[in-house]
Amino acid sequence: MVELIGIPPQLLFGQLLLGLINGSFYALLSLGLAVIFGMLNVINFAHGALYMMGAFAAYFLLQYLGIGYWPALLLAPLIVGAIGIVIEKTMLSRLYKLDHLYGLLLTFGLALIIEGLFRNYYGVSGRPYPIPPALAGGHNLGFMFLPTYRGWVVVASLIVCLGTWFLIERTRLGAYLRAGTENPTLVRAFGINVPLMMTLTYGFGVALAGFAGVLAAPIYQVNPLMGSDLIIVVFAIVVIGGMGSILGSIVTGLGLGVIEGLTKVFYPEASSTVIFVIMAIVLLIRPAGLFGRTA
Amino acid sequence: MNIKVLGACASAIALLGGAAQAEISGDAVKIGVMNDQSGLYADLAGQGSVEAARMAVEDFGELDGASIEVLSADHQNKPDVGSNTVREWIDVDGVDVIVDVPTSSVALAVTEITREKNKVFLVSGAATTQLTGEACSPTTIHWTYDTYALAVGTGRAMVQEGGDSWFFITADYAFGHQLEEDTANVVKEEGGEVLGSVRHPLSTADFSSYLLQAQGSGAKVIGLANAGTDTTNAIKQANEFGITQAGQQMASLLMFLSDVNALGLDVAQGLVLTTGFYWDMNDETRGWSERFNERAGQMPTMVQAGVYSAVLHYLNAIKAAGSDEAPAVVEQMKATPVNDFFAKNGTIREDGRMVHDMYLARVKKPDESSGPWDYYEILRTIPGDQAFLPLEESTCPAVNQ
Repeated sequence: MVELIGIPPQLLFGQLLLGLINGSFYALLSLGLAVIFGMLNVINFAHGALYMMGAFAAYFLLQYLGIGYWPALLLAPLIVGAIGIVIEKTMLSRLYKLDHLYGLLLTFGLALIIEGLFRNYYGVSGRPYPIPPALAGGHNLGFMFLPTYRGWVVVASLIVCLGTWFLIERTRLGAYLRAGTENPTLVRAFGINVPLMMTLTYGFGVALAGFAGVLAAPIYQVNPLMGSDLIIVVFAIVVIGGMGSILGSIVTGLGLGVIEGLTKVFYPEASSTVIFVIMAIVLLIRPAGLFGRTA
Repeated sequence: MNIKVLGACASAIALLGGAAQAEISGDAVKIGVMNDQSGLYADLAGQGSVEAARMAVEDFGELDGASIEVLSADHQNKPDVGSNTVREWIDVDGVDVIVDVPTSSVALAVTEITREKNKVFLVSGAATTQLTGEACSPTTIHWTYDTYALAVGTGRAMVQEGGDSWFFITADYAFGHQLEEDTANVVKEEGGEVLGSVRHPLSTADFSSYLLQAQGSGAKVIGLANAGTDTTNAIKQANEFGITQAGQQMASLLMFLSDVNALGLDVAQGLVLTTGFYWDMNDETRGWSERFNERAGQMPTMVQAGVYSAVLHYLNAIKAAGSDEAPAVVEQMKATPVNDFFAKNGTIREDGRMVHDMYLARVKKPDESSGPWDYYEILRTIPGDQAFLPLEESTCPAVNQ
């Protein structure tokens, strides 16, 4: 059999594709974090908990209201976004004048409370969520068996990521947002409601997390701990990509998913640490991150 | 002369009297239940184990001149956290016995402390055979199951049904390594072969990469040497990647009732597993389990049932020995057979292994199940003397002397 870098090409291609799938989750989550940090200067540690709530929202909709996957894909992010808006309005907005650390501590505390509550009521084993029938099964690609649902995850998250990038970097609304972060007083002088814009931005950022949660529900167990397992890795990705860089977070998310996937073949024991090693190296060489601007 | 004899008799009677009244240190028996209460193993042990210990204390009743107290703590699956808690419990709070402690790496750390401090350690949640092997201790008793029993139960059954080539997906710590090693030995003994293995970090969400490697190996059986949500995620994703449909079999070497409940029968059906206890076996098991369900909100796993059985046996031994000194209690426990809903004629060997029957079970199909928690069909009983490593092969230094 032909071998590429010591392993059969089938295995290599398969792992690259799997890395891309995991990278899609990283991209979606780090994008939400980047949007929130870019606009609000808040390091949102509650992101993982809100991602978990997105998955649980989908589970509740199905379990108690009989609402299936496709409506949940829209409804769950809206619910999570609404919760985010409440959090921003009642708590987070009071901290903008203070140091970053306060926002970080508040959201970290919120994450612990939310996860603790869910764990108390639903245990840690999680609840099953079925794959929607339209996306069940899979295709044999020759080098691997690709479950249809995983293919859908890549497509859906790429669409949402690129849509978000376009919205912020290429539209008038996005221009307002970016201007609002650069100089809020001046933008307000133009008659634009900056506090409302920030509230909606936070809502949108966490809705992205909710969306990722719904995408994840059929693959992983709907589990109170699913967010805390992921969030640290996602933060590392945001740091590598450069805090606040929209495109940077998308590209880094996908790229590191692939690197992590390859580590699982060559040296599986290190798969949970490889991203942090890369983070350390990047911080040494480019402290602002790969795509970050130096302040 | 007569006076001397009288005096000797009197002091002998006084001594006897003293022994008859229980000599309990600090006038309290303190039971410390330590396990994972927040992470991936919290449902299979966690608060349920604490509740089981409380039930044992209530069912035991009063101890003359001493109170009985149950303490609990979360070790977060970290040996350093667990060691600190146990040291504090013993040195500051006067805890007499440590119970449960799933996560083998933590249990191995705890057994060193209880040996040094001369306290009893009743293991229910941890699996590694090292606890009665190289790391055996005169005050440690391994109650519910171990990696050898899982390997003999599930491993042998799979090989005998034709699954003679294996690939392991292994949790990368003491428990996973031991379970893989024990199972690989059984597979080879039965004439099978091991094609390879891959090790994943504890608490992994995505198993697709490992599953793909397992698929690529062409092994007939993919052995999962992990537990809790690691196992459920791996099985769920194996289903998704069409691995079982393509003809490879999954062997969940350690699977608890809580895992099956989380997966749902649609996904879990047909899995073969080894367990030390199942709630729906006879009136006795059903009776206790329903009481437990009312208090804990779930049917008991074997770990939780084992905690009850171990604590009750321990308290009975204190009563009979009239002391809570570790060597006396352990000696009494070893001298008395274990007879309750959990074990019939269970015996505790000198290496600390509690020998009792294990069961090979198959997860029911959804249409075979009559309702919640009706999950297992018991295929056969594995007698205690076959389920556990024979004493002659034990690596426990105390046995070979």
